[in-house]
Amino acid sequence: MLLVVSLVSFLVHLYSSEYMRGDSRFSRYYAYLGLFTFSMNGIVLADSITMIYIFWELVGLSSYLIIGFWFEKTSAASASKKAFLTNRVGDIGMFIGIMMIYFVGDTHSFNLSDIIEKVKTTEIDSTYLTVAGILLFMGAVGKSAQLPLHIWLPDAMAGPTPASAMIHAATMVAAGVYLTIRIFPILTFDALTYIAFTGALTALFAAIIAITQNDIKKVLAYSTVSQLGYMVMALGVGAYMAAFFHLVTHAMFKACLFLASGSVIHSMHHSLHEMHDHDTDPQDMRNMGGLKNKMPLTYFGMLITTLAIAGVPFFSGFVSKDAILAGVLGHYFEYGGMTILLPIAGFGAAAITAFYMFRLIFMTFHGKPKNEEIYKHLHESPKVMTIPLIVLSLLSLAIFYTGTINPLSDGSKGWFKKAVGKGYNYVIEVDSHNDVHDSQSDTHNQDEYYKKEITFTEHAYHAAHDAHYTAMYLSLAVAFFGIALSALFYLFKKLNPETFRKTFNIFKLYDLSKNKFYIDEIYSNILYKPFMFWSYLCSKIDWDYYDQTFIDSIGKITLFSSEKSVKVDYNWLDQKVVDGFGKLANYSSLKMKKLQGGVVQAYILGGLVAIILITLIVQQI
Amino acid sequence: MNSSILSLLIFLPVMGVMGMLIVALLGKQGLMKTENKDVYKYIALAVTGVQMLLAFFLYANFDPTLSVTQSPFTVQFDWIPSFNIEYYIGVDGLSMPMVILAALLSFLCIVISWNVEKHVLGYFSLFLLLDAGMMGVFLSLDFFLFYIFWEVMLLPMYFLIGMWGGPQRHYAAIKFFLYTLFGSVFMLLGMLALYFYAPGGNSFNLIQLITQAPQIDASLWGFDMRFLIWIALFIGFAIKVPVFPFHTWLPLAHVEAPTAISVILAGVLLKMGTYGFLRISYPLLPEEAVNFSFMMALLGVINIIWGALNAIAQIDLKKMIAYSSVSHMGYVLLGMSGIVGTESVGAEAGMNGAVMQMFNHGTITAMLFTLVGVLYDQAHHRWIVYPMDYKDPELAGKLGFGGLASKLPIFNGFIVLAFFAGLGLPALSGFISEAMCFIGGFGSFRVLTIIGTLGILLNAIYFLRAYQRIFLGPFNEKYSDLKDMSFRDMAVIIPLAFLTLLFGVYPQPLLEIMRHSMSKLILLVQPFI
Repeated sequence: MLLVVSLVSFLVHLYSSEYMRGDSRFSRYYAYLGLFTFSMNGIVLADSITMIYIFWELVGLSSYLIIGFWFEKTSAASASKKAFLTNRVGDIGMFIGIMMIYFVGDTHSFNLSDIIEKVKTTEIDSTYLTVAGILLFMGAVGKSAQLPLHIWLPDAMAGPTPASAMIHAATMVAAGVYLTIRIFPILTFDALTYIAFTGALTALFAAIIAITQNDIKKVLAYSTVSQLGYMVMALGVGAYMAAFFHLVTHAMFKACLFLASGSVIHSMHHSLHEMHDHDTDPQDMRNMGGLKNKMPLTYFGMLITTLAIAGVPFFSGFVSKDAILAGVLGHYFEYGGMTILLPIAGFGAAAITAFYMFRLIFMTFHGKPKNEEIYKHLHESPKVMTIPLIVLSLLSLAIFYTGTINPLSDGSKGWFKKAVGKGYNYVIEVDSHNDVHDSQSDTHNQDEYYKKEITFTEHAYHAAHDAHYTAMYLSLAVAFFGIALSALFYLFKKLNPETFRKTFNIFKLYDLSKNKFYIDEIYSNILYKPFMFWSYLCSKIDWDYYDQTFIDSIGKITLFSSEKSVKVDYNWLDQKVVDGFGKLANYSSLKMKKLQGGVVQAYILGGLVAIILITLIVQQI
Repeated sequence: MNSSILSLLIFLPVMGVMGMLIVALLGKQGLMKTENKDVYKYIALAVTGVQMLLAFFLYANFDPTLSVTQSPFTVQFDWIPSFNIEYYIGVDGLSMPMVILAALLSFLCIVISWNVEKHVLGYFSLFLLLDAGMMGVFLSLDFFLFYIFWEVMLLPMYFLIGMWGGPQRHYAAIKFFLYTLFGSVFMLLGMLALYFYAPGGNSFNLIQLITQAPQIDASLWGFDMRFLIWIALFIGFAIKVPVFPFHTWLPLAHVEAPTAISVILAGVLLKMGTYGFLRISYPLLPEEAVNFSFMMALLGVINIIWGALNAIAQIDLKKMIAYSSVSHMGYVLLGMSGIVGTESVGAEAGMNGAVMQMFNHGTITAMLFTLVGVLYDQAHHRWIVYPMDYKDPELAGKLGFGGLASKLPIFNGFIVLAFFAGLGLPALSGFISEAMCFIGGFGSFRVLTIIGTLGILLNAIYFLRAYQRIFLGPFNEKYSDLKDMSFRDMAVIIPLAFLTLLFGVYPQPLLEIMRHSMSKLILLVQPFI
């Protein structure tokens, strides 16, 4: 994985030096690329799950920065925000998963090898582990753009194409798959089933959408989603080796496809620039056609890698995809029942992949140029751009020839297994919780329990081996079916896409695919809009009702009561009671002063009355 | 030196105020030229600068393993002996980060306020008084002293908001003042109850009360006395934090206050609430702390979610950041609730995470408010989107800015750092403390914490939305004469940005300060689970 990241990163750096030439923020672009490579390598090398999480988010940041690189475009700015937030949804799941794993058992550790050791040696409630596993996988769902969090990846194509090649095709999106491989030993069977179906659904779903897209990068984006679905599906059925192998081959050919499309867009852009035409979309395939004569190197690079992705023999994609399909088919042979949906989705998506990829090739490079004017100005991209293309496309072949026919086979010949297996041996040994046969395994005796569990991946391996030839023939058949159909439509024009469109549209299939199953609109209507409404409502409650009405009314009540109390205080207490005493004194003194009129007889009369009164009182006592 | 350093930290600003008054007096007598008001600024700068150096010196000589009673810095003597009131100050692992934070932010805030032109003497002397109050709160070990410093802070704050604030400053200032005073009343009641009910003599000594307060055996109106004290103290501290539903003074005060005061409010004053919990409520009333921890977690999660939801709806950038403070302080509460985790790792992660979050939120929010201030000083508004009833109907409902990233690259770089630190991006300090708070909460209250993790997403939503609307998109030509950050602005931001990065990548130095004190606190509380 480290090799893949570094190699693709180097080639993209090289390629970008030409692609981004003349951009006013050239140096900033390279800073972002560097940040990305740093954090991606961090994910790959980290053993602690928190370290993975940290780099995981940093990768999200660099992706955010790169998608929003041309931030003057509103679409790019929105796409970057969407990418970051969608990833965050997955990351929350991953974070909760990390916390759950941390509190597993009694030794608290974030170290993956410790965690795996712990899961191996202690009895843990399998439901708990299933939930934790699925939550950790949520992170992968976000990063690897699986359903239902795939929405950000197609929009992410607003970023510069070479960066898309690296981040959104070869490395970052593969981080999800990588993480799942890392945590594979602690995933339970139930969790794996969930993972398998997520992958299968994504593979098929994205492939269907890719058929009808006209933007060359959008097609590739959905193709990436679909291929990632493959890998995830392979993980779910236990064929993790195949998944990882596909990750590597996919990184090579998808990076190449993106760089090639970048080369096309680059020259389209320059051609349009020379014509001073700023309205035509340089990424729209409907404006292209016949480019193979003008850009032979790009054409051959793209053709080779398209053959690889379509699963044609002698190309890398064939081997890895075949291994996955064999694994899936083997899984079905083993477990039967609903798992038949997995190979159906797998082979279906394979056929569709072949179809839409060749649709892309035929529309872009074959046929007559749609616009002679643009065509005249087109020319091949410079060497700095084509060399990475050539290297990557050769690698799409070379992987196949290195070692033996089947790099995944046992023994010394299976070089890939040897290279990967070294790091992952423990996966098989420690694979304790993939309880295959029954869910009540807790009652089993420990030894027997583990013996049985170990077999899951081996089982998957052998099942895949048994199913290998069936899978190979089937996958060959569907690949050629897809290519042939595509050729009929777009190369020889024997069939008219329009009529088919109308036929299919009876069930609205075409519209659904064209509009990406309206997922964005659905999210916008059932999540985004109600959510924003709630947040405004909260703000209104918080400020207008709670604060301004309730809290401030306390102040108003205080003011009101203080006014009242002032009234009571002054009008009654002070004016009436306190002043009352004064008035009373005043009044009584006014009355009393009349007693002292200066008439001596009156004084004597008063004295007499007083004496009589006193005598009476004293005598009564 | 050792014994006087803490007193110096507190009273140096007071001396600064006196110095300013003497200068003003001399100026009035014509003995000194004070037409140039810069002299006050330089005095304030020197005082806070020395104070900051003292704080660093304290940190350099600080041994985190010692408790306050053993620490050489502790000062204790009788102040009002007839009522057993002591002058008792000391520093431990809990107060050390807060002292550094307060000293650092005070110094930077003087730099931020350099272009204050209105009543320079008043502004800077009040600011220094506020500074003294903050230091006093963080260093007091006597409840009475604590309470006095707590109240000392209120008054300068009232004037600083009310005189140098925005258009609604009078309303904001009075609301802040009365709301906090309301809380102080409860705190006073709690304090007096402790004083009178604690067995073994009336005392305000917080260290002595640790052993005495849990023995309180009385009841009032059918309630346990300790429960009532807890509630009273809780209301007092909760208003400062602010805990939902006591939070509504905060957005108003933050928005109306001048930039430097917003920084102090959000960076230091909010921490006093949670500091009060950890310094007084938890050690003195451990049993109640345990019983109340579910409420703590619940209120923390409500704070996180409610604050974030409100922040999303805000169209005023400063108000958005104010609400983000509500949300971020929720993490502290959630982390503190983790103390009841039976698995000790949970408790340790939660408590350390809470104190770290207090520190980190201080630096991050200071950065955010400073940057908003820089923008506001130039553009004279800070609308993300103009409100629908804006006085200029042509602008109503339109974006306030747009595309500034291309015009202001340095400013943009710092704001990206600050925003991403705010939304808890790993490798920046906010992430470490938030994650630790979550782990602490998760050890005790799983479902609540899982709901709380929604905050990770919500925080990202409002920061990224605001960032996109202000800095991305097509450039708004109206702002083509904006200048990028000046040297002075950068001098403020760079130390904060450095700390944010440093503690994001290597939090160990910060953790090392508080770890031992937190373990002691956990040991104190855990027996009551």
